[in-house]
Amino acid sequence: MRILDPTREAAPGGRPLAERRLAAGRPATIALLDIRKPRGDVFLDELERLLSERGHTVLRTAKPTFTKPAPADLRSEIADRCEAVIEALAD
Amino acid sequence: MELLALVKHDCPVCDQVLPVLDAARQRGAAIRILSQSGPEETEAQAQRLNLAHVPELDRDLKLSARFDPDAVPTLVLLDGGSEADRVEGLDRARLAELARRAGAPLELDGLPERRPGCASLTRDPVVAARLAARAARETGRLRARELELGELEDPFEALFDRGFSDGLPLVPPTPERVVDMLDATSRDAQDLVAAVPPYDGQATVEKVAINAVMAGCPPAVFPILLAAVDAACDPAFALLGLVSTTHPSGPLVVVSGPLSERVGMNSAGNALGQGNRATLTVGRALQLVVRNVGGGRPGQEDRAAHGQPGKLSSCFAERLEDSPWPGLAQDRGVPPEETGVTLVAAEAPRVIVDQLARTPWELCASLAGGLEWVGHRRLRLAFDAVLVLGPEHGRILREAGWDRDRVRQELFERSRAPAGELVRGAGGIAEGLEERFVTDPAAPVPKFAAPERILLAHAGGDAGLFSMVYGGWVAGEIGSEPVTRSVAPWQ
Repeated sequence: MRILDPTREAAPGGRPLAERRLAAGRPATIALLDIRKPRGDVFLDELERLLSERGHTVLRTAKPTFTKPAPADLRSEIADRCEAVIEALAD
Repeated sequence: MELLALVKHDCPVCDQVLPVLDAARQRGAAIRILSQSGPEETEAQAQRLNLAHVPELDRDLKLSARFDPDAVPTLVLLDGGSEADRVEGLDRARLAELARRAGAPLELDGLPERRPGCASLTRDPVVAARLAARAARETGRLRARELELGELEDPFEALFDRGFSDGLPLVPPTPERVVDMLDATSRDAQDLVAAVPPYDGQATVEKVAINAVMAGCPPAVFPILLAAVDAACDPAFALLGLVSTTHPSGPLVVVSGPLSERVGMNSAGNALGQGNRATLTVGRALQLVVRNVGGGRPGQEDRAAHGQPGKLSSCFAERLEDSPWPGLAQDRGVPPEETGVTLVAAEAPRVIVDQLARTPWELCASLAGGLEWVGHRRLRLAFDAVLVLGPEHGRILREAGWDRDRVRQELFERSRAPAGELVRGAGGIAEGLEERFVTDPAAPVPKFAAPERILLAHAGGDAGLFSMVYGGWVAGEIGSEPVTRSVAPWQ
Protein backbone atom coordinates (compact mmCIF):
# COMPACT_ATOMS: atom_id res chain seq x y z
CA MET A 1 0.00 0.00 0.00
CA ARG A 2 1.18 3.50 -0.80
CA ILE A 3 0.23 6.42 1.42
CA LEU A 4 1.02 10.12 1.38
CA ASP A 5 3.27 11.65 4.01
CA PRO A 6 1.14 13.75 6.41
CA THR A 7 4.13 15.60 7.89
CA ARG A 8 6.01 18.69 6.81
CA GLU A 9 8.66 16.29 5.42
CA ALA A 10 11.51 17.90 7.30
CA ALA A 11 13.12 16.80 10.50
CA PRO A 12 13.18 19.77 12.89
CA GLY A 13 16.03 21.89 11.58
CA GLY A 14 18.90 21.27 13.94
CA ARG A 15 20.25 24.64 14.99
CA PRO A 16 23.97 24.96 15.65
CA LEU A 17 24.75 26.36 19.09
CA ALA A 18 26.07 29.90 19.13
CA GLU A 19 29.77 30.39 19.76
CA ARG A 20 30.59 30.00 23.49
CA ARG A 21 31.42 33.45 24.78
CA LEU A 22 31.90 32.73 28.47
CA ALA A 23 35.39 32.04 29.77
CA ALA A 24 36.10 30.71 33.26
CA GLY A 25 37.19 33.35 35.73
CA ARG A 26 36.45 36.30 33.42
CA PRO A 27 33.60 38.69 34.31
CA ALA A 28 30.81 38.71 31.74
CA THR A 29 27.58 40.50 30.91
CA ILE A 30 24.71 38.10 31.51
CA ALA A 31 21.08 38.74 30.57
CA LEU A 32 18.29 37.58 32.84
CA LEU A 33 15.21 37.15 30.66
CA ASP A 34 12.01 37.16 32.71
CA ILE A 35 9.33 35.24 30.80
CA ARG A 36 6.64 36.93 32.95
CA LYS A 37 5.29 34.02 34.95
CA PRO A 38 4.18 34.90 38.49
CA ARG A 39 7.04 35.03 40.98
CA GLY A 40 9.69 34.47 38.32
CA ASP A 41 11.14 37.81 39.44
CA VAL A 42 11.83 36.40 42.93
CA PHE A 43 14.06 33.73 41.43
CA LEU A 44 15.75 36.18 39.05
CA ASP A 45 16.43 38.69 41.87
CA GLU A 46 18.34 35.99 43.69
CA LEU A 47 20.28 35.03 40.58
CA GLU A 48 21.15 38.67 39.97
CA ARG A 49 22.52 38.96 43.50
CA LEU A 50 24.65 35.82 43.12
CA LEU A 51 25.98 36.84 39.72
CA SER A 52 26.79 40.38 40.86
CA GLU A 53 28.69 39.02 43.89
CA ARG A 54 30.86 37.10 41.43
CA GLY A 55 31.68 40.24 39.45
CA HIS A 56 29.34 39.76 36.53
CA THR A 57 27.26 42.54 34.99
CA VAL A 58 23.57 41.69 34.84
CA LEU A 59 21.14 42.96 32.22
CA ARG A 60 17.50 42.51 33.29
CA THR A 61 15.13 41.95 30.38
CA ALA A 62 11.59 40.63 30.07
CA LYS A 63 9.27 39.18 27.45
CA PRO A 64 5.96 41.07 27.06
CA THR A 65 4.08 37.83 27.83
CA PHE A 66 5.01 34.22 28.55
CA THR A 67 2.50 32.99 25.96
CA LYS A 68 4.45 34.25 22.96
CA PRO A 69 8.07 34.13 21.79
CA ALA A 70 10.41 36.97 22.74
CA PRO A 71 10.32 39.77 20.14
CA ALA A 72 13.15 39.77 17.61
CA ASP A 73 14.60 43.12 18.75
CA LEU A 74 14.80 41.89 22.34
CA ARG A 75 16.61 38.76 21.21
CA SER A 76 19.09 40.75 19.14
CA GLU A 77 19.69 43.22 21.99
CA ILE A 78 20.59 40.31 24.27
CA ALA A 79 22.80 38.76 21.58
CA ASP A 80 24.59 42.08 20.98
CA ARG A 81 25.16 43.08 24.58
CA CYS A 82 25.60 39.84 26.51
CA GLU A 83 27.84 36.82 26.64
CA ALA A 84 25.11 34.59 28.06
CA VAL A 85 21.41 34.59 28.88
CA ILE A 86 19.37 32.85 31.58
CA GLU A 87 15.68 32.55 30.70
CA ALA A 88 13.36 32.01 33.63
CA LEU A 89 11.14 31.03 35.30
CA ALA A 90 8.75 28.55 33.75
CA ASP A 91 6.58 26.04 35.61
CA MET B 1 -7.35 9.86 -40.60
CA GLU B 2 -7.21 6.67 -38.58
CA LEU B 3 -9.49 4.80 -36.20
CA LEU B 4 -8.83 3.74 -32.64
CA ALA B 5 -11.12 1.27 -30.88
CA LEU B 6 -11.38 0.66 -27.15
CA VAL B 7 -12.96 -2.63 -26.02
CA LYS B 8 -12.97 -4.96 -23.01
CA HIS B 9 -13.23 -8.72 -22.68
CA ASP B 10 -16.49 -9.07 -20.77
CA CYS B 11 -18.67 -6.84 -22.94
CA PRO B 12 -21.19 -8.59 -25.27
CA VAL B 13 -21.41 -5.51 -27.48
CA CYS B 14 -17.62 -5.54 -27.89
CA ASP B 15 -17.98 -9.21 -28.88
CA GLN B 16 -20.33 -8.12 -31.68
CA VAL B 17 -18.20 -5.28 -33.00
CA LEU B 18 -14.72 -6.78 -32.61
CA PRO B 19 -14.94 -9.30 -35.50
CA VAL B 20 -16.03 -6.46 -37.83
CA LEU B 21 -13.08 -4.30 -36.79
CA ASP B 22 -10.70 -7.28 -36.99
CA ALA B 23 -11.88 -8.08 -40.52
CA ALA B 24 -11.38 -4.48 -41.66
CA ARG B 25 -7.89 -4.55 -40.21
CA GLN B 26 -7.22 -7.75 -42.12
CA ARG B 27 -8.10 -5.84 -45.27
CA GLY B 28 -5.45 -3.26 -44.39
CA ALA B 29 -7.61 -0.56 -42.77
CA ALA B 30 -5.84 1.79 -40.35
CA ILE B 31 -7.58 0.63 -37.18
CA ARG B 32 -5.84 0.30 -33.86
CA ILE B 33 -7.76 -1.95 -31.44
CA LEU B 34 -6.97 -1.75 -27.74
CA SER B 35 -8.40 -3.75 -24.87
CA GLN B 36 -8.90 -2.42 -21.34
CA SER B 37 -8.68 -6.01 -20.02
CA GLY B 38 -5.64 -8.00 -18.92
CA PRO B 39 -3.45 -10.08 -21.28
CA GLU B 40 -4.98 -13.49 -20.53
CA GLU B 41 -8.55 -12.27 -20.77
CA THR B 42 -7.81 -10.43 -24.01
CA GLU B 43 -6.15 -13.50 -25.51
CA ALA B 44 -9.12 -15.67 -24.50
CA GLN B 45 -11.58 -13.23 -26.05
CA ALA B 46 -9.61 -13.19 -29.34
CA GLN B 47 -9.67 -17.00 -29.42
CA ARG B 48 -13.35 -17.16 -28.59
CA LEU B 49 -14.18 -14.76 -31.44
CA ASN B 50 -11.64 -16.29 -33.89
CA LEU B 51 -9.92 -12.95 -34.40
CA ALA B 52 -6.92 -12.77 -36.70
CA HIS B 53 -5.18 -10.33 -34.33
CA VAL B 54 -5.21 -10.25 -30.59
CA PRO B 55 -6.10 -6.66 -29.55
CA GLU B 56 -3.30 -4.57 -28.06
CA LEU B 57 -3.40 -3.97 -24.34
CA ASP B 58 -4.19 -0.46 -23.15
CA ARG B 59 -1.51 -0.68 -20.48
CA ASP B 60 -2.29 1.31 -17.33
CA LEU B 61 -5.44 2.40 -19.19
CA LYS B 62 -3.45 5.33 -20.54
CA LEU B 63 -5.48 5.81 -23.73
CA SER B 64 -8.75 4.99 -21.97
CA ALA B 65 -7.97 7.69 -19.43
CA ARG B 66 -7.07 10.13 -22.21
CA PHE B 67 -10.29 9.61 -24.19
CA ASP B 68 -12.33 8.95 -21.05
CA PRO B 69 -15.34 7.17 -22.65
CA ASP B 70 -18.46 6.35 -20.67
CA ALA B 71 -18.93 3.08 -22.57
CA VAL B 72 -17.12 0.54 -24.74
CA PRO B 73 -16.83 -0.29 -27.52
CA THR B 74 -15.70 3.21 -28.40
CA LEU B 75 -14.52 4.04 -31.89
CA VAL B 76 -12.48 7.26 -32.10
CA LEU B 77 -11.71 9.00 -35.37
CA LEU B 78 -8.26 10.55 -35.15
CA ASP B 79 -7.00 13.34 -37.33
CA GLY B 80 -3.29 13.85 -36.86
CA GLY B 81 -3.49 12.33 -33.38
CA SER B 82 -6.39 14.54 -32.24
CA GLU B 83 -9.92 13.34 -31.78
CA ALA B 84 -12.17 14.37 -34.67
CA ASP B 85 -15.25 12.30 -33.76
CA ARG B 86 -16.30 9.24 -31.77
CA VAL B 87 -19.03 6.62 -31.38
CA GLU B 88 -19.70 4.98 -28.02
CA GLY B 89 -21.62 1.70 -28.13
CA LEU B 90 -23.03 0.14 -31.28
CA ASP B 91 -24.64 2.57 -33.75
CA ARG B 92 -24.45 1.20 -37.28
CA ALA B 93 -25.07 4.45 -39.11
CA ARG B 94 -22.52 6.37 -37.09
CA LEU B 95 -19.94 3.58 -37.24
CA ALA B 96 -20.33 3.49 -41.02
CA GLU B 97 -19.92 7.27 -41.17
CA LEU B 98 -16.68 7.26 -39.16
CA ALA B 99 -15.33 4.34 -41.18
CA ARG B 100 -16.09 6.17 -44.41
CA ARG B 101 -14.29 9.31 -43.23
CA ALA B 102 -11.30 7.20 -42.21
CA GLY B 103 -11.31 5.41 -45.58
CA ALA B 104 -11.73 2.08 -43.83
CA PRO B 105 -15.13 0.61 -44.73
CA LEU B 106 -16.70 -1.77 -42.20
CA GLU B 107 -18.89 -4.79 -42.98
CA LEU B 108 -21.74 -4.06 -40.58
CA ASP B 109 -24.42 -6.32 -42.10
CA GLY B 110 -26.12 -8.51 -39.52
CA LEU B 111 -25.41 -6.19 -36.59
CA PRO B 112 -28.32 -4.51 -34.80
CA GLU B 113 -28.99 -0.88 -35.65
CA ARG B 114 -28.29 0.32 -32.14
CA ARG B 115 -27.13 -1.19 -28.90
CA PRO B 116 -25.72 0.63 -25.89
CA GLY B 117 -22.24 -0.43 -24.87
CA CYS B 118 -20.96 -1.58 -21.49
CA ALA B 119 -19.47 0.75 -18.90
CA SER B 120 -15.85 1.57 -19.64
CA LEU B 121 -13.45 0.09 -17.10
CA THR B 122 -12.45 3.68 -16.29
CA ARG B 123 -15.96 4.12 -14.83
CA ASP B 124 -15.33 1.44 -12.20
CA PRO B 125 -15.13 3.52 -8.98
CA VAL B 126 -11.93 1.86 -7.80
CA VAL B 127 -10.24 2.23 -11.19
CA ALA B 128 -11.51 5.80 -11.59
CA ALA B 129 -10.04 6.75 -8.20
CA ARG B 130 -6.71 5.17 -9.16
CA LEU B 131 -6.63 7.06 -12.44
CA ALA B 132 -7.57 10.34 -10.74
CA ALA B 133 -4.73 9.85 -8.26
CA ARG B 134 -2.29 9.13 -11.07
CA ALA B 135 -3.41 12.21 -12.96
CA ALA B 136 -3.12 14.31 -9.77
CA ARG B 137 0.49 13.22 -9.35
CA GLU B 138 1.32 13.87 -13.02
CA THR B 139 -0.15 17.36 -12.95
CA GLY B 140 1.50 18.35 -9.66
CA ARG B 141 -1.76 18.41 -7.72
CA LEU B 142 -0.24 15.81 -5.42
CA ARG B 143 3.30 16.61 -4.34
CA ALA B 144 3.55 14.98 -0.92
CA ARG B 145 6.15 12.26 -0.55
CA GLU B 146 4.77 8.76 -1.13
CA LEU B 147 5.50 6.21 1.57
CA GLU B 148 5.43 2.54 0.69
CA LEU B 149 4.08 0.28 3.41
CA GLY B 150 5.52 -3.21 3.45
CA GLU B 151 3.40 -6.07 2.17
CA LEU B 152 3.49 -7.72 5.57
CA GLU B 153 2.80 -4.51 7.45
CA ASP B 154 -0.65 -3.91 8.86
CA PRO B 155 -1.36 -0.39 7.55
CA PHE B 156 -3.09 0.64 10.78
CA GLU B 157 -0.15 -0.47 12.90
CA ALA B 158 2.24 1.17 10.42
CA LEU B 159 0.59 4.56 10.93
CA PHE B 160 1.06 4.23 14.69
CA ASP B 161 4.68 3.11 14.21
CA ARG B 162 5.50 6.12 12.06
CA GLY B 163 4.26 8.50 14.75
CA PHE B 164 1.36 10.02 12.80
CA SER B 165 -1.36 9.08 15.28
CA ASP B 166 -3.01 10.94 18.15
CA GLY B 167 -3.40 7.60 19.92
CA LEU B 168 -6.40 6.32 17.96
CA PRO B 169 -6.38 4.39 14.69
CA LEU B 170 -6.06 6.43 11.50
CA VAL B 171 -7.50 5.94 8.04
CA PRO B 172 -4.54 5.24 5.69
CA PRO B 173 -4.12 8.36 3.50
CA THR B 174 -3.90 6.69 0.10
CA PRO B 175 -3.52 9.01 -2.91
CA GLU B 176 -7.03 8.01 -4.02
CA ARG B 177 -8.61 9.10 -0.73
CA VAL B 178 -6.63 12.33 -0.66
CA VAL B 179 -7.73 13.24 -4.20
CA ASP B 180 -11.31 12.59 -3.15
CA MET B 181 -10.81 15.03 -0.25
CA LEU B 182 -9.20 17.64 -2.52
CA ASP B 183 -12.24 17.49 -4.80
CA ALA B 184 -14.30 18.97 -1.95
CA THR B 185 -12.70 22.42 -2.33
CA SER B 186 -12.19 24.68 -5.31
CA ARG B 187 -8.82 25.75 -3.91
CA ASP B 188 -5.60 24.62 -5.57
CA ALA B 189 -4.02 21.69 -3.77
CA GLN B 190 -0.76 23.57 -3.44
CA ASP B 191 -2.28 26.76 -1.98
CA LEU B 192 -0.72 27.53 1.38
CA VAL B 193 -3.32 27.53 4.14
CA ALA B 194 -0.98 28.50 6.97
CA ALA B 195 2.41 28.03 8.58
CA VAL B 196 1.63 25.79 11.55
CA PRO B 197 3.42 26.16 14.89
CA PRO B 198 5.55 25.09 16.62
CA TYR B 199 7.93 24.52 13.68
CA ASP B 200 6.02 26.59 11.11
CA GLY B 201 5.29 23.58 8.92
CA GLN B 202 3.79 24.64 5.61
CA ALA B 203 0.19 23.44 5.58
CA THR B 204 -0.81 23.32 1.94
CA VAL B 205 -4.36 22.33 1.05
CA GLU B 206 -2.87 18.94 0.14
CA LYS B 207 -1.21 18.44 3.54
CA VAL B 208 -4.42 19.37 5.33
CA ALA B 209 -6.29 16.91 3.08
CA ILE B 210 -3.90 14.09 4.01
CA ASN B 211 -4.51 14.70 7.70
CA ALA B 212 -8.25 15.05 7.06
CA VAL B 213 -8.29 11.60 5.48
CA MET B 214 -6.41 10.14 8.45
CA ALA B 215 -8.87 11.76 10.87
CA GLY B 216 -11.77 10.18 9.00
CA CYS B 217 -13.29 13.42 7.69
CA PRO B 218 -16.13 13.07 5.21
CA PRO B 219 -15.00 15.25 2.26
CA ALA B 220 -17.97 17.60 2.74
CA VAL B 221 -16.41 19.02 5.94
CA PHE B 222 -13.07 19.77 4.30
CA PRO B 223 -13.75 23.51 3.65
CA ILE B 224 -14.70 23.91 7.33
CA LEU B 225 -11.44 22.28 8.35
CA LEU B 226 -9.43 24.53 6.02
CA ALA B 227 -11.05 27.62 7.55
CA ALA B 228 -10.29 26.24 11.03
CA VAL B 229 -6.60 25.68 10.21
CA ASP B 230 -6.38 29.19 8.77
CA ALA B 231 -7.97 30.68 11.90
CA ALA B 232 -5.88 28.62 14.34
CA CYS B 233 -2.66 29.87 12.74
CA ASP B 234 -3.58 33.55 12.93
CA PRO B 235 -0.88 35.10 15.17
CA ALA B 236 -3.61 36.55 17.44
CA PHE B 237 -4.61 32.99 18.36
CA ALA B 238 -1.08 32.31 19.72
CA LEU B 239 -1.09 28.65 18.74
CA LEU B 240 2.61 28.25 19.52
CA GLY B 241 1.96 29.16 23.14
CA LEU B 242 -1.21 27.09 23.24
CA VAL B 243 0.60 23.99 21.99
CA SER B 244 3.48 24.38 24.41
CA THR B 245 1.65 25.49 27.56
CA THR B 246 1.35 23.37 30.71
CA HIS B 247 -2.36 24.41 30.85
CA PRO B 248 -4.84 21.83 29.50
CA SER B 249 -6.37 24.07 26.82
CA GLY B 250 -6.44 23.27 23.15
CA PRO B 251 -8.13 24.70 20.06
CA LEU B 252 -11.95 24.57 20.16
CA VAL B 253 -13.77 24.97 16.83
CA VAL B 254 -17.27 26.50 16.96
CA VAL B 255 -19.11 26.16 13.64
CA SER B 256 -21.94 28.62 12.99
CA GLY B 257 -24.11 28.69 9.89
CA PRO B 258 -26.12 26.71 7.37
CA LEU B 259 -23.25 24.57 6.13
CA SER B 260 -22.97 22.76 9.46
CA GLU B 261 -26.31 21.02 8.96
CA ARG B 262 -25.65 20.32 5.28
CA VAL B 263 -22.44 18.45 6.07
CA GLY B 264 -24.16 16.45 8.80
CA MET B 265 -23.01 18.21 11.96
CA ASN B 266 -25.20 17.66 15.00
CA SER B 267 -26.09 20.75 17.00
CA ALA B 268 -28.82 19.10 19.07
CA GLY B 269 -28.65 16.28 21.66
CA ASN B 270 -25.03 15.39 22.51
CA ALA B 271 -23.77 18.29 20.37
CA LEU B 272 -20.55 18.43 22.39
CA GLY B 273 -20.26 14.67 22.76
CA GLN B 274 -19.76 11.52 20.77
CA GLY B 275 -21.61 10.00 17.85
CA ASN B 276 -21.22 12.58 15.10
CA ARG B 277 -18.55 12.00 12.49
CA ALA B 278 -18.56 15.50 10.96
CA THR B 279 -17.84 17.45 14.15
CA LEU B 280 -15.50 14.93 15.74
CA THR B 281 -13.32 14.56 12.66
CA VAL B 282 -12.96 18.32 12.10
CA GLY B 283 -11.63 18.75 15.64
CA ARG B 284 -9.44 15.68 15.29
CA ALA B 285 -8.03 16.68 11.90
CA LEU B 286 -7.06 20.11 13.20
CA GLN B 287 -5.07 18.48 16.00
CA LEU B 288 -3.46 16.06 13.53
CA VAL B 289 -2.37 19.04 11.41
CA VAL B 290 -0.79 20.57 14.52
CA ARG B 291 0.95 17.28 15.27
CA ASN B 292 2.10 16.25 11.81
CA VAL B 293 2.53 19.51 9.92
CA GLY B 294 3.32 21.76 12.88
CA GLY B 295 5.32 19.18 14.80
CA GLY B 296 3.62 19.63 18.19
CA ARG B 297 3.71 16.32 20.05
CA PRO B 298 2.50 15.56 23.58
CA GLY B 299 5.31 15.20 26.05
CA GLN B 300 7.73 16.96 23.73
CA GLU B 301 6.67 20.33 22.33
CA ASP B 302 3.27 20.01 24.06
CA ARG B 303 4.03 20.35 27.78
CA ALA B 304 0.47 20.04 29.13
CA ALA B 305 0.41 18.87 32.73
CA HIS B 306 -2.84 16.99 32.26
CA GLY B 307 -4.27 17.78 28.86
CA GLN B 308 -7.93 16.86 28.47
CA PRO B 309 -10.05 14.69 26.15
CA GLY B 310 -10.83 17.71 23.95
CA LYS B 311 -7.22 17.72 22.78
CA LEU B 312 -8.18 14.72 20.67
CA SER B 313 -11.03 16.69 19.15
CA SER B 314 -12.97 19.75 20.24
CA CYS B 315 -15.60 21.00 17.82
CA PHE B 316 -19.31 21.65 17.92
CA ALA B 317 -21.94 23.25 15.70
CA GLU B 318 -24.31 25.95 16.88
CA ARG B 319 -28.06 25.34 16.97
CA LEU B 320 -29.29 28.48 15.26
CA GLU B 321 -32.92 27.74 14.37
CA ASP B 322 -34.21 28.62 17.85
CA SER B 323 -31.21 30.48 19.24
CA PRO B 324 -31.85 33.71 21.18
CA TRP B 325 -29.24 35.40 18.96
CA PRO B 326 -27.38 35.07 15.64
CA GLY B 327 -24.44 32.68 15.51
CA LEU B 328 -21.11 33.39 17.19
CA ALA B 329 -19.31 33.76 13.85
CA GLN B 330 -22.06 36.06 12.55
CA ASP B 331 -21.72 38.20 15.68
CA ARG B 332 -18.04 38.44 14.85
CA GLY B 333 -18.48 39.63 11.28
CA VAL B 334 -19.31 36.65 9.06
CA PRO B 335 -22.32 37.48 6.79
CA PRO B 336 -25.56 35.81 7.94
CA GLU B 337 -25.92 33.61 4.86
CA GLU B 338 -22.37 32.27 5.21
CA THR B 339 -20.92 29.73 7.60
CA GLY B 340 -18.06 30.67 9.89
CA VAL B 341 -15.71 29.03 12.33
CA THR B 342 -14.53 30.58 15.57
CA LEU B 343 -11.37 29.24 17.18
CA VAL B 344 -11.08 29.56 20.94
CA ALA B 345 -8.28 28.36 23.20
CA ALA B 346 -10.38 26.29 25.58
CA GLU B 347 -10.20 23.68 28.30
CA ALA B 348 -12.72 20.84 28.69
CA PRO B 349 -16.36 21.90 28.99
CA ARG B 350 -18.37 21.44 32.16
CA VAL B 351 -21.99 21.82 33.03
CA ILE B 352 -23.88 24.48 34.95
CA VAL B 353 -27.10 22.99 36.28
CA ASP B 354 -29.99 25.31 37.07
CA GLN B 355 -33.40 23.70 36.93
CA LEU B 356 -35.27 26.33 38.91
CA ALA B 357 -34.53 29.65 37.20
CA ARG B 358 -37.53 30.94 35.27
CA THR B 359 -36.54 34.55 34.69
CA PRO B 360 -33.55 35.90 32.77
CA TRP B 361 -32.30 37.62 35.93
CA GLU B 362 -32.34 34.40 37.93
CA LEU B 363 -30.70 32.48 35.12
CA CYS B 364 -27.92 35.01 34.49
CA ALA B 365 -27.13 35.22 38.19
CA SER B 366 -26.77 31.47 38.26
CA LEU B 367 -24.67 31.22 35.12
CA ALA B 368 -22.42 34.05 36.28
CA GLY B 369 -21.71 32.10 39.45
CA GLY B 370 -20.56 29.17 37.34
CA LEU B 371 -18.46 31.40 35.11
CA GLU B 372 -16.63 32.84 38.10
CA TRP B 373 -14.90 29.51 38.63
CA VAL B 374 -13.18 29.43 35.24
CA GLY B 375 -9.54 28.83 36.13
CA HIS B 376 -10.10 29.78 39.75
CA ARG B 377 -12.59 32.15 41.33
CA ARG B 378 -9.72 34.26 42.66
CA LEU B 379 -8.14 34.69 39.23
CA ARG B 380 -9.59 37.76 37.55
CA LEU B 381 -9.34 39.36 34.08
CA ALA B 382 -7.06 36.56 32.89
CA PHE B 383 -9.42 34.11 31.20
CA ASP B 384 -12.22 34.33 28.65
CA ALA B 385 -15.01 31.75 28.47
CA VAL B 386 -17.42 30.24 25.99
CA LEU B 387 -20.89 29.78 27.47
CA VAL B 388 -23.00 27.32 25.48
CA LEU B 389 -26.64 27.87 26.36
CA GLY B 390 -28.75 24.76 26.24
CA PRO B 391 -32.10 25.29 24.43
CA GLU B 392 -34.11 25.16 27.66
CA HIS B 393 -31.97 27.90 29.18
CA GLY B 394 -31.88 29.72 25.85
CA ARG B 395 -35.69 29.77 25.70
CA ILE B 396 -35.89 31.78 28.93
CA LEU B 397 -33.64 34.45 27.42
CA ARG B 398 -35.31 34.37 24.00
CA GLU B 399 -38.81 34.72 25.41
CA ALA B 400 -37.67 37.63 27.57
CA GLY B 401 -36.21 39.29 24.46
CA TRP B 402 -32.70 39.47 25.90
CA ASP B 403 -30.17 39.75 23.10
CA ARG B 404 -26.51 38.83 23.20
CA ASP B 405 -25.35 42.24 24.45
CA ARG B 406 -27.90 42.28 27.23
CA VAL B 407 -26.97 38.79 28.42
CA ARG B 408 -23.23 39.46 28.26
CA GLN B 409 -23.63 42.69 30.22
CA GLU B 410 -25.69 40.91 32.88
CA LEU B 411 -23.17 38.06 33.17
CA PHE B 412 -20.28 40.54 33.30
CA GLU B 413 -21.83 42.49 36.15
CA ARG B 414 -23.00 39.48 38.10
CA SER B 415 -19.63 37.75 37.95
CA ARG B 416 -17.95 40.61 39.79
CA ALA B 417 -16.92 39.99 43.40
CA PRO B 418 -15.65 42.16 46.29
CA ALA B 419 -11.87 42.53 46.26
CA GLY B 420 -11.66 41.51 49.91
CA GLU B 421 -12.94 38.02 49.05
CA LEU B 422 -10.36 37.62 46.31
CA VAL B 423 -7.17 38.80 47.97
CA ARG B 424 -4.30 36.39 48.49
CA GLY B 425 -4.56 34.59 51.80
CA ALA B 426 -8.28 35.32 52.43
CA GLY B 427 -10.03 32.26 53.82
CA GLY B 428 -6.73 30.42 54.03
CA ILE B 429 -6.35 30.28 50.24
CA ALA B 430 -2.97 31.46 48.97
CA GLU B 431 -4.14 32.08 45.39
CA GLY B 432 -5.67 35.46 44.66
CA LEU B 433 -5.18 39.14 43.94
CA GLU B 434 -1.97 40.78 45.11
CA GLU B 435 -2.58 42.82 48.23
CA ARG B 436 -1.20 46.00 46.67
CA PHE B 437 -4.09 46.02 44.19
CA VAL B 438 -6.71 45.81 46.92
CA THR B 439 -7.23 49.28 48.35
CA ASP B 440 -10.96 48.94 49.03
CA PRO B 441 -12.11 45.44 50.12
CA ALA B 442 -15.67 46.25 49.04
CA ALA B 443 -14.72 47.33 45.52
CA PRO B 444 -16.18 44.94 42.94
CA VAL B 445 -13.61 43.23 40.72
CA PRO B 446 -14.87 41.86 37.41
CA LYS B 447 -14.17 38.26 36.49
CA PHE B 448 -13.79 39.11 32.81
CA ALA B 449 -11.87 41.92 31.17
CA ALA B 450 -15.00 43.05 29.28
CA PRO B 451 -18.54 41.78 28.58
CA GLU B 452 -17.40 40.83 25.03
CA ARG B 453 -14.90 38.42 26.53
CA ILE B 454 -17.81 36.12 27.41
CA LEU B 455 -18.53 34.30 24.14
CA LEU B 456 -22.11 33.08 23.85
CA ALA B 457 -23.24 30.12 21.77
CA HIS B 458 -26.39 27.99 21.60
CA ALA B 459 -26.41 24.20 21.20
CA GLY B 460 -27.80 21.04 22.74
CA GLY B 461 -30.83 18.81 23.00
CA ASP B 462 -34.43 19.84 23.55
CA ALA B 463 -34.61 18.67 27.15
CA GLY B 464 -32.32 19.57 30.04
CA LEU B 465 -32.04 22.83 31.99
CA PHE B 466 -28.29 22.89 31.55
CA SER B 467 -25.66 25.08 29.97
CA MET B 468 -22.01 24.32 29.33
CA VAL B 469 -18.89 26.38 29.97
CA TYR B 470 -15.56 26.14 28.21
CA GLY B 471 -12.95 27.97 30.27
CA GLY B 472 -10.29 29.77 28.27
CA TRP B 473 -6.53 29.94 28.36
CA VAL B 474 -4.57 33.15 29.01
CA ALA B 475 -6.70 35.61 27.09
CA GLY B 476 -6.52 38.82 25.16
CA GLU B 477 -3.43 40.53 23.80
CA ILE B 478 -1.09 38.85 26.25
CA GLY B 479 -2.42 35.41 25.31
CA SER B 480 -4.88 33.97 22.84
CA GLU B 481 -7.68 35.94 21.20
CA PRO B 482 -10.63 34.17 19.53
CA VAL B 483 -10.31 34.18 15.74
CA THR B 484 -13.24 33.88 13.33
CA ARG B 485 -13.12 33.01 9.64
CA SER B 486 -15.76 32.55 6.96
CA VAL B 487 -15.75 29.12 5.35
CA ALA B 488 -16.75 30.62 1.96
CA PRO B 489 -13.19 31.26 0.67
CA TRP B 490 -12.37 27.59 1.28
CA GLN B 491 -15.36 26.03 -0.48
